Amino acid sequence: MVAALGAAVVILFFVNVLLGSYTVTIPDFFRLLGGADIPGASFIVMENKLPRAVTGTLIGVAFGLAGTIFQTMLRNPLASPDIIGISYGASASAVAAMVVFGLTGVAVSAAAMIGALAIALLIYLVSHRSGVSGGASARLILIGIGFAAIMQAVVGYLMTRTDIRTAQGALVWLNGSLNSSNWDRVAVLAASLVLLLPAVAMLSRSLRGLELGDDAAAGLGVRVGPARLGLVVTAVLLAAVATAAAGPVAFVAFLAGPIARRLLGGAGSLVAAAGVGAVIVLAADFAAANLIPMFLTNGTALPVGVVTGALGAPFLLWLLVTTNRVGRGG
Amino acid sequence: MGAEVSVPTRIDQRPRGPVSEGASAGSEHLAAALRHPAKSGNRRALAGIPVVLAILAVVCFASLAFGARPISFETLIAALTDFDPANGDHAVVHSRIPRTVTALLVGAALGVAGAAMQGVARNPLADPGILGVNAGAALAVVTGIYVFGISSLTGYIWFAFVGAAVAAVVVYGIASLGREGATPIKLALAGAALTAGLSSLMNAILVSSQDTLDAFRFWQVGNVSGRGWDVILPVIPFVAVGLLITLLTGRILNNLSLGDDVARGLGQKVGLSRAITALGVVILCGAATALAGPIAFVGLVIPHMVRAFTGPDYRWILPFSLVLAPVLLLGADIVGRLIALPGEVQAGIMTAIIGAPVFIWLVRRRKAAGL
Repeated sequence: MVAALGAAVVILFFVNVLLGSYTVTIPDFFRLLGGADIPGASFIVMENKLPRAVTGTLIGVAFGLAGTIFQTMLRNPLASPDIIGISYGASASAVAAMVVFGLTGVAVSAAAMIGALAIALLIYLVSHRSGVSGGASARLILIGIGFAAIMQAVVGYLMTRTDIRTAQGALVWLNGSLNSSNWDRVAVLAASLVLLLPAVAMLSRSLRGLELGDDAAAGLGVRVGPARLGLVVTAVLLAAVATAAAGPVAFVAFLAGPIARRLLGGAGSLVAAAGVGAVIVLAADFAAANLIPMFLTNGTALPVGVVTGALGAPFLLWLLVTTNRVGRGG
Repeated sequence: MGAEVSVPTRIDQRPRGPVSEGASAGSEHLAAALRHPAKSGNRRALAGIPVVLAILAVVCFASLAFGARPISFETLIAALTDFDPANGDHAVVHSRIPRTVTALLVGAALGVAGAAMQGVARNPLADPGILGVNAGAALAVVTGIYVFGISSLTGYIWFAFVGAAVAAVVVYGIASLGREGATPIKLALAGAALTAGLSSLMNAILVSSQDTLDAFRFWQVGNVSGRGWDVILPVIPFVAVGLLITLLTGRILNNLSLGDDVARGLGQKVGLSRAITALGVVILCGAATALAGPIAFVGLVIPHMVRAFTGPDYRWILPFSLVLAPVLLLGADIVGRLIALPGEVQAGIMTAIIGAPVFIWLVRRRKAAGL
């Protein structure tokens, strides 16, 4: 199943790059990669489609991992980064940058990144008490929800206090969009993942232990406190870099884990969740750009985050209906 | 272990059947129950009732008195007992009655629905919206604006109601399929998944239609002002019926909170109980959302705040949520009126701004009471 997911990611990646409103043949694509200059194709593929597909894949992996780490560690399928406030921290900061300070582009990404990290740090500091033990997860989630509510209120308020054009731009960002993908952003994203993915790999065994409960994890030789801290930091950073690159692409973090778990028949797997995340984003971006007739959307191409929920949610519901085995923790 | 002895006394009900072997699944809840000795909790809760009712009364009066034009206490009483249409102050007081009633209704509905939902889903993150109610209502309202050009609150309420009901039925239906029925985890996942799907459709409309977004963004933040009696009156019967159903489920939720196996052992019809409670929740949330728009935070945190005080007994959590949720909403609305004079900040926003810090402080101060 993991191999099939990997194949699906690769196929969707090439579908995104080669097909769509501008079609490239496979030989042409490899000539472009080799540095050949084909008028028209060079720009569209190398500066637009390729960085877009790479960004889509990487943020799918990052969101899928971040969501699954939270859901598994906190043993609650609803505990994706959206719910515990991190995405909303990024959103509030980015929308404030757009609405209050009139910023665009990279500045908004930076604001999102800072917002995500600041809110995560705040949640951690507030929820941290000496002698962290049982109940720490519940406290972290509940305090996260408190901050999420404040951030959401700020976003809602800012949306009503600005002109409608800015509000619409903010809405596109809030849903998540790959429109502003370029190689600079890919470089930042890729560099971050190069550092974060090995950390995830190292922590994955501790995560499997924590899924069984703190006591069981300690029995398995997991040092609960440091492992939990490491996992939180890693997941927050994954969510933050992905959000900075494309906005909080809706629901990928929440959907990837439960779908992966059901595809694998109950066993959780970070690799599968990363694959599912990438599949959702790539499929949604292709659908948004090519499959949804423009006349339905008044001529605007939908941002990817508008479609991720529409694709992922029915699939999860279908899996819920058809799978009999219900794994704990979604 | 001592749990089998003390649990029946805590929930004040003798087991009508053998407690099944599945008791271990509920051991966390049993442990939580043991940490809150029944008697002292009940006595404290009983003593708290007059206090919270007094707070509610004070906040109601404050809601009539405060605003862009402050009213003195004597004038307020005069306006309520001996209304003089020619008196400007009296007219102001009367103009504040609808929003006060709206906040009372919406707060009560959301507080009770939230407590019940957390019990049904056995998940501290479950809020009334988890059945897809808010997303269904929002999508229906957006459709109403976009397709049918509806632009009045009276028009929105029926769209919101139908959307909420349809979404909840779909979520419950999907979660009920399969051999183990509507388990808490399937309810939570189905609800969150449907919310994701419906929000996507809604955002697709909003991104492509500026006019729709312009009308919707003001509905979306949630507000209690500007609702006339023509909007409030049709919703009252729904709130009443929903409250009646849900407030009676305290004992059911206590049993469910011990885990399905133990509840079954206590003679509870688990599936039926859950369905009845969910019905009450849907009616309440549908009514609240129709009246005030999606106000997210109240139903989620009021039960947590209450639980910190009453302990895990739903027969106390439900009535306290009934009284304290309107206090939060009314308080938020009052502050929202005063904070940005001459303008106002919507109650839905102020609820989070005021309620969240209090909630965070409560969670931090004491070990979060489990479910």
